[in-house]
This record gives sequence, C-alpha cells and structure tokens, in this order.
Amino acid sequence: MGSGKEKTAKLPEGGRSSSEGIPSGTQSQFRKGLAKLLRNKMAVFGGILILGYMVTAIFAPILYPGNPSAPNLMRSLERPSWEHPLGTDELGRSILGRIIYGSRVSLMISLGVVSVGLLIGVPLGLISGYYGGKVDFILQRITDMLLAFPGFLLALALVAILGVGINNTVISIGISMVPIYIRLVRGCVLSVREQVYVEAAIAVGTPDLRIIRRHILPNVMVPIIVQTSLGMGTAILFAAGLGFLGIGVQPPTPEWGAMLGSGRGYIFNSPHVATFPGLAIFLAVLGFNLLGDGLRDALDPRSKI
Amino acid sequence: MLQYTIRRLISTIPVLIGISLLLFVMLRALPGDPALVLAGQMASPEDIELIRVQLGLNQPIHIQYAKFISRLAVLDLGRSARTQNPVLEEIWARLPNTFLLATTAITLACLIGIPAGIIAAVRPYTKIDYLVTSFSLFGISMPVFWLGLMLVVVFSVTLQILPAGGIGTWKHVVLPTVTLASFVVAFIARMTRSSMLEVLSQDYITTARSKGLMEKVVIIKHALRNALIPIITVVGLQFGSLLGGAVLTETVFAWPGMGRLIVDSILARDYPMIQGAILIFGLLYILVNLIVDLIYAWVDPRIHYD
Amino acid sequence: MSGDHLLSIRNLKVRFRVYEGVAAAVDGVDFFVEKGETLGLVGESGCGKSVTAMSILRLLASPPAELEGEIEFQGKNLLELPQDELRKIRGGAISMIFQEPMTSLNPLLTIGEQIAEAIVLHQGLSRQEAWDRAVEMLARVQIPSPEARAKDYPHKLSGGMRQRAMIAMALSCNPNLLLADEPTTALDVTIQAQIMDLMERLREEIGASIILITHNLGLIAEMARTVVVMYAGKVVEEAPVRELFSEPLHPYTQGLLGSVPVIGRKFKMEKKRLQEIPGIVPSIFEMPRGCRFHPRCHRMMDICRLEEPPMVEMGQRRRVLCWLWA
Repeated sequence: MGSGKEKTAKLPEGGRSSSEGIPSGTQSQFRKGLAKLLRNKMAVFGGILILGYMVTAIFAPILYPGNPSAPNLMRSLERPSWEHPLGTDELGRSILGRIIYGSRVSLMISLGVVSVGLLIGVPLGLISGYYGGKVDFILQRITDMLLAFPGFLLALALVAILGVGINNTVISIGISMVPIYIRLVRGCVLSVREQVYVEAAIAVGTPDLRIIRRHILPNVMVPIIVQTSLGMGTAILFAAGLGFLGIGVQPPTPEWGAMLGSGRGYIFNSPHVATFPGLAIFLAVLGFNLLGDGLRDALDPRSKI
Repeated sequence: MLQYTIRRLISTIPVLIGISLLLFVMLRALPGDPALVLAGQMASPEDIELIRVQLGLNQPIHIQYAKFISRLAVLDLGRSARTQNPVLEEIWARLPNTFLLATTAITLACLIGIPAGIIAAVRPYTKIDYLVTSFSLFGISMPVFWLGLMLVVVFSVTLQILPAGGIGTWKHVVLPTVTLASFVVAFIARMTRSSMLEVLSQDYITTARSKGLMEKVVIIKHALRNALIPIITVVGLQFGSLLGGAVLTETVFAWPGMGRLIVDSILARDYPMIQGAILIFGLLYILVNLIVDLIYAWVDPRIHYD
Repeated sequence: MSGDHLLSIRNLKVRFRVYEGVAAAVDGVDFFVEKGETLGLVGESGCGKSVTAMSILRLLASPPAELEGEIEFQGKNLLELPQDELRKIRGGAISMIFQEPMTSLNPLLTIGEQIAEAIVLHQGLSRQEAWDRAVEMLARVQIPSPEARAKDYPHKLSGGMRQRAMIAMALSCNPNLLLADEPTTALDVTIQAQIMDLMERLREEIGASIILITHNLGLIAEMARTVVVMYAGKVVEEAPVRELFSEPLHPYTQGLLGSVPVIGRKFKMEKKRLQEIPGIVPSIFEMPRGCRFHPRCHRMMDICRLEEPPMVEMGQRRRVLCWLWA
C-alpha cells in the first residue's frame, strides 16, 4: 500500500505493486521508519542516553584513570565532593569511578544476555514456526513451561542451579529470555508463511533455507529489533536485581546492582552510596525502553496511525 | 462452567509435572555438589558421604525423581537442608506474608493504572496522555529495589513517618506495597491505554456513537468492557512479575515472605527448599492464570466452555 | 424549492491534518437529498464518499479531521450544532448502517441490548418496552425466532443476520434519513438482494430517505433515483439514475460504467471486453493540478492539466465537472 505512493506521478503502468519489489519495499519502509524514529523526541533522548553509556563504557579508563576497585579505607563513606563528585562507598572507592566502570559490566552483560536469547531463541522460533508438526508441538510445550515462570524468577532459579558470577548471570538471564524470542519469531513466521508469495515460493520448490533467508527473516527483523532493544533494558534490570541480592556479579567487580546492594547497609547515614548506582540503572533501562518503544512505533506498520 | 473449570484444572497437571521434571533434572545435572556445599570445606569424605546418603543423592537419578514425585503427591517436599524443618512448613509460614503484599500491590496497581490508562487513551496525544505515558515509562524502567530504598530515605529516614522494614502494623505494609506496585501500575496503565486506543478505533464504537449515546456511555459501556479483556490477561501475567518483584522488595524491607526464603535458600544452596519454593511459585502462578481464564470466560461471551 | 430538501450539503470540506501533511479527503462537495428518495453516492474507494457520510453525523474523530461548509438538515446546520443536540439526531432522525456487519456490533452486548439502547435514548421508553420493541424490530427484518436472537451475542449470528440486526437498529427510531455505507459489500450475492429488498420495503413503510454509498453500480441501478459520482474528493457528476446509465457525461463515469458489466446496457457490449480505467486513484496528499482525473483520462486536453474544470449545469439535477462540456 505504502509503496504505491511514489508511483502516482507516472501513472499509466497501473496498480501492480504487490508482486514485485518486496525487498525494496521493506528497505524503503525501513528508511522511512528511521526518519520517523529521528523525529520522535523520546526515542532520540533514549538513543542519546544509550550512546552516552556506550561512550562511557569504551572510554572508561580515560574518564576515570584510577582503579575503581582499589579500597581506600581512610576515605570511606564520604559525601559528594570536588574530588569524588558522587562521594565514596564503604571501602572509600569513588562511586563515580565505579559507575563509569560499571557501565562496561552492565552493557557487556546485556549484550551477552541478548546474544544468548537471540542465538538460541531465533533459530528455534524459525524451526518451530516454519516446520510445524511434532517439533513445533514439543518446542511450544517447553516454551509454555518456561513462560510459566516469570522472567526474573526463572533467572533466579537458573542462578540457583548454576551458581553466582558474571558468566552465570549472563547465561541465566539469557536463557530466561529464550522463550520470549521463540514465541515472537514463531508468531511472525506463522503469519508470513500464510502470505501468497511464500506459499508460491514453496510451491515452486525453492529450498527452505532460501525461503527463510529471503522471505521470512526480513519480515521477522522488525519485531526482533524492537524486542532486542527492550530486552537489553530488561537484562540490565535483571542483572542489577541479581547483583543486589548478592547472587549476581560478585564484588569487587563494579556492578551497579551489587553497589546498590552493599550501599543498602548505609542507607540511614550515607544514602548517596545507594542513590547514584540506582540512578545509573534507571537511566540505562529508560534509554533502552524509550528506544525500543520508538523503534516499535517507527518500524511496525501496524502502529502507523 | 464447572466442567470447564475441572478440565482447565486437569490441563495444568502436565505443566506442573514438566516444571518439576525440569527443575529436578537441572538441579541434578548441573555442576555444584550440594553435599559438598552442605558439609563445608573442612568436612571429611566420610561426612560428605553421610550427607549424600541422607539426601538420597547416592541413588540413581530416576529413583531420586520417582521418590521426589511420590513425595510430592502427598505434598511432602522434604526437609530444608539448612534448617532441617519440613519445606512445606517453612513455605506455609511465609506464604501469607507474600500473598498479602502481592494482593495489596495488585489492587493498588489496578486502582491507579486502569483509570490512568483510560484517561490517556480518551485524550490521546494531549498533555495528560504524555504525562501518563512518561510516568508509566519511568515506572517500567525503575529498579524496584532502588525505588524501595529511595522511599525509605524519604519516608523513614528524612520524614520518619513510616517504618523502614519489618512486619506488624498497616504502616509496615505501605512502603513495600508502593514499591512492588510501581512496575505493575506502569505496565497496567500502558496496556490499558493501548487496549483502549485499539478498542476506540473499532467499528462498533462508531456504531455506538452513531446511535447518539453519550460519550461517557460509549467509553464505559462499549469501550471499557472490551478493553478489559486483554487487561485481565495482563493483570494475571503481572501477578507473576509481582512474585519476581516480591523477591527484591522483600529483601529491601526485610519482609519475611517467600521471596526472601528463596534468596536465602539460593545463597545456602538449600536444594530441597529452592525446589519446593519454586514449585509453589509455579503452582501459584498457574492457579492465578486459571482464575484469569475463568474471569475471561465470564466476561467474554465468545469463549465457549465446550 | 429547498422545502423538499431533507438534507443539503454545501461546500463540504474535510481535511485530515496528519504527519504526512494535510489531506483534503473531501473538497467542496455539494448535493441534496429529497424527501423519500434514495440517493446513490458512488466512486472508487478513497474518493471521499464514506468520509462525506461520516461527516453528516460528525462521526470522524477530530482531530485529525477538520470539517468546513454546511450540512443543513431540517433547518439546522449539523456542523455547528452543539454536541447534545447532535446526539439527539444521531440514531434518531438520522441513522447509519455500516459496511462490516462482523465488526459493527459490540461483541460483548446482546443484540437486543444494542437495539434497545437507542430506543431508550430516543423514544423515552422503559427498558422493558424498549426490549419488546427491539424484538419487534428483529421480527420486522425477518430474523427467525426474534425473542431468542435478541438474547444472543453477535458472534452467534451469521453476517447476513447481523446486517439485518444493524438495519433493525438503524430503523428502530423511525429515522428520516438513513445513511447506508456499503451495506451489502461484505455479504454474498443472494443475501445482498434480500437485504436490499428489505431496506427498500422498510424505507417505503417509514417514508425515510436513503443515502446509499457503494461502488456497486448494479445496486445503484436497482435502488437509486438520483446518483452522485465522486472522484478524489469532488463531485464529478450528478444525474437521475436512468440518464447516468444511458448517457454518462464525465469520462470517469464512462470509465466506471465500462468497467462493470451492467445488464441491459448495449453500447459497450460489442467490445466484448470489460474496459478498465488506467492508473490508480491519486494520493490525497498529492493531488494532480488542474482536473484531478486528467492523468487517467483518455480524453484529456491541454487545459485539463492546467486549470480546474467548472461545474457545468446540464439540466434538472444533471451536472458535470468537466472541460468537455464547458
């Protein structure tokens, strides 16, 4: 429908728009979506937040030249000052420095989590939706079971089994996201599969892999992109939650949730220890959620109005 | 209706068995020897062996599971490896506390979230809509444990009007409820808004307006009832994330509920306890979904019982 | 003269202000409906015929819709009527039937409730009386066992039955004007005929006028007395039905008639092939200059590209918007 617009100028060729140019259609739709995204102030704000965190993570050693994990007990629990803009924690370490290095940890974790979710969830979702039958049935029952647990509880249960630490945090949260991707991709595949051009491709004997690559994947890209942005936010939130409970990333690694967890003990006299890491988590998650929402509005044709 | 309920109940059994199987296999198949952990680093090999026999860890895995299931059937979840008390007893002591918190939180969330979502949807792209939308985005991005601590700083440390933790009077319930509800309020408001927007664009709403009905009647009688159907699902699903949030909230406020029980058990590698608690959580969650399904069938005449 | 005019639309403009720009969906539409007549409003989808109908009862969401002009009904300008007075007319003196019977009824309310609701509102009957009247209306639209059906929810009824229920709803308060927006498009052919017969019979009983919006020219030939043809937001031709079919003036109307096999029409049958209007309806965001139809017109002249054509009056309710006749 949307691709017909450019053609109105040179008319006589008539109304064939659906049979040809599917890839170019999605491409131009993508470009249009991107333009729409850039006009969405909230999404742009989210993007700037995330960009800021990424820059911080990459240039952490320049932004904070010291060792963020080296204790200095003489200077513990200091209020924000010129030297330590966000104060120091119970071991006298700069909270700002730890937040700066913490952005590395949090971004790495969320990237890892989303990779686990994507690498396992997308292929399984594709297989389940494309081939159907017994494989689909079994996969869907397993997905049902996993989805019966709320995400954070599932991650918690997995940590209980795997043990604490940064790798297990990534694996646990990543696995807890797999069923979401399976469902999402499977649903998209099922609806794309019904399309006439896919049925036609199957009918003329196009190899499965080619159909999946040319017709199905481009169509599931948008929901996957949106879900990935939202998933990055959730991953940060979950990882921080595990860190806060003391069963995620272990000290002395600077992780925001763990910082908050240890700051909790000093909430009455030195609330700044817990306040700033929490703010860092909040803004990062907000950034990914804003971006994800904006992406959905811009790229998902159903939300056009 | 009764038949439908029974059939729905029976259909949860395979899921439950699946969950227990999954839990059991994962607990046994993955690294980390509970006997080793329990015995501590100073224990002799004999001590470890003894614990292993006590826990039944020396038997073949399928026998362990068969025993686990047969005990499960009579609601015997074993004994806590940490406290030696029956798992069920410990859970039973904590469950009402978590239930209280979850109920107050979800009630609060519905009372605020649904009206906020309706107002936003009825006046889309106005200031009030942007306000609701932004607040709900803040809400879903907020780490609950941080919000909890900040509430403590404001209301307990600075203003000194509410207790910072513990259990007892109604005052102890306020902060944990608000903390736990924050995410769900935001989520329900978002869902209500989008669901209402969707319904308000439906043809039957135009039909209702073309009949000359007051806008108020159109929104409450025609739109809201339809919009509520997906909202009910969300509330049901959010009950699950409430249980997850309860783990964090209970830790912040030293609230003696199921959430903290799980965390403590994980830290102590108390496998029978983890197993039992997660199973009970799963059970609760399935129960809530069942109730949601029944409400659903009651609200929506299109759902058949047969 | 205007005493016979139940409804007069003068210079109606409907614009949608959306991100892509301002879309003039309806651009200066004029026509009137006489008492007791069925007026056909035809055109391809997107020509603004439904928007015109929705504007009469101000059912378009605004924003984004902006309405301008005058819609006079029983001496009142509907576009300037306060909301509460407008509500008395909606479903009372003017009622509407929509295209999709599957989605036009609220799935969570019984058929009877949805009909009775309007009756309570406009006729001041009690709920019980209104319910009885609803059942009576269902009987009048020939729904079998109306008492039982009134208690049913819409999903239990077939498409044809639902459209009957919609008609019952629309006629329950004895309207003076019925707006029927593609009332049978979603139904299969045999049901279409039944529904149209029913509408025609009830129209005579109540003495209402109908604006029948459709792209189905067969339906127009059967039902309408006068036909208004719209293209790209403008009225391009108006004619009594017989004249329109025997002697269409606008190249667009000629094309429309050529693209539909109408039984009893001879002069194009010799060609054996259905004629097709080349090209597609222009986007409402980028209307062609001059005559809006010129890019598709087989009789296009130089002036058509440059200047908007005038409306040429050709007789009693006979006019055409085209340079050919100027």
